[in-house]
Amino acid sequence: MVISRKPLHFLAAVAIAFLPLVNFANPTSDTTQVVTQSAHHEAEAGHKEAHAEPTDIKSKINAYKKHHVLDAHDFTLFSDHETGYHFGFPLPVILLDNGLQVFSSSKFEHGEKVAESNGNFYVINHHDGKIYKTDAAGTITEDAKGHPTNVRPIDFSITKNVFVMIIVSLLIFFLFKGLAGSYAKNGSIAKGPGRIFEPLVLYIRDEIAIPNIGEKHYKKYMSYLLSIFFFVLFLNLVGLTPLGINVTGNITITAGLAILTFIITNLSANKNYWGHIFWMPGVPKPMRIVLAPIELLGVFIKPFSLMIRLFANIYAGHIVIMSIIGLMFIFKSWIGSPLSFGLAFVLSLLEILVAFLQAYIFTMLSALYFGSANEEHHHEEAHH
Amino acid sequence: MEGLNYVGAGLIVIGAGLGIGKIGGSAMDAIARQPEASGKIQTAMLIAAALIEGIGFAALFAA
Repeated sequence: MVISRKPLHFLAAVAIAFLPLVNFANPTSDTTQVVTQSAHHEAEAGHKEAHAEPTDIKSKINAYKKHHVLDAHDFTLFSDHETGYHFGFPLPVILLDNGLQVFSSSKFEHGEKVAESNGNFYVINHHDGKIYKTDAAGTITEDAKGHPTNVRPIDFSITKNVFVMIIVSLLIFFLFKGLAGSYAKNGSIAKGPGRIFEPLVLYIRDEIAIPNIGEKHYKKYMSYLLSIFFFVLFLNLVGLTPLGINVTGNITITAGLAILTFIITNLSANKNYWGHIFWMPGVPKPMRIVLAPIELLGVFIKPFSLMIRLFANIYAGHIVIMSIIGLMFIFKSWIGSPLSFGLAFVLSLLEILVAFLQAYIFTMLSALYFGSANEEHHHEEAHH
Repeated sequence: MEGLNYVGAGLIVIGAGLGIGKIGGSAMDAIARQPEASGKIQTAMLIAAALIEGIGFAALFAA
């Protein structure tokens, strides 16, 4: 075992020792580096003047990353930069502005044209992907920080994220309807895809809900816990497919989920929960006054940390994977592709783990908060 | 004093990393002592790690 490992060590050491030679002593790649560097500076200078389109490979990759993590008004699978053709389909745009304005996002032609609806003109801003009201020429006025000062109509559009959420919800609905139906038909034995989900459902009931909420109250929270677990899990997993979907890596969506947990926790809380916040039992009286504001803050920090945790994990995972894939285009040598492929592969496996882990953590912490909202009166009993 | 917020965020990330490392190490010790309790220990470990991670990410976004 030890002997067979040594040549591997040696080979690895040699490979690492020669890695810089391959990358940095290669004259062709050196020149490309310099060219991209200078082009990058030019592009930056140009950017300050007139928001020029990115030209060199580095800013193209950055622009792609930025575009990916934003929501979009059309579903583009991939684009051909030479012909400028986008493979995908448009989604409906619904705006509340002088009445309801409903039109297809194909009118924008991927953000390049001004869309007109009942005499109102709209344009998609390149930097935040949002729709702004404009005039027929599509002028956008900007303040000192580069944020548009145009009016933003209230946007109820079926964007890419909303579209994916609808698809995933329907998928979950039919999968679990099938699972429920198979119990009635086959005498309590799950059939088909339900066989994969049955252990997960039981796991959430037996390992998450019952230990954290308690035998007595867990049933009324099960539907929410199961929904949130599978919703987050499916969205995390579709985010790893090459369709370019980033739903749980969008802070507004995780905020929505966290607000649901917040509302359910506080609406179903009993008097012990509020007692623990405003008049903590079992501590000296002066300390209770100090603890009350801290505990009250904690009520809001809990859902806030739920929101940040899910968003940041998924967002960071997407950015890291895309950066590593981007290395392939920056290195431009034979080492780049296998290196970035290998790293991206390993990281994708890690991201599958993170997808499950974050869905689990979100459900687990929600269950923990519901449990604290339903805590029975046992602290005094324990002291006596 | 520009850029100090990044130093602060870096400090918090170091702290969070140390904290999660400590939790992981302690969980390993605990599992080695009581392998039959490994399921419960893992759950508790994940919750504690997730709470610390939340602070780390909050610092990253504040910076």
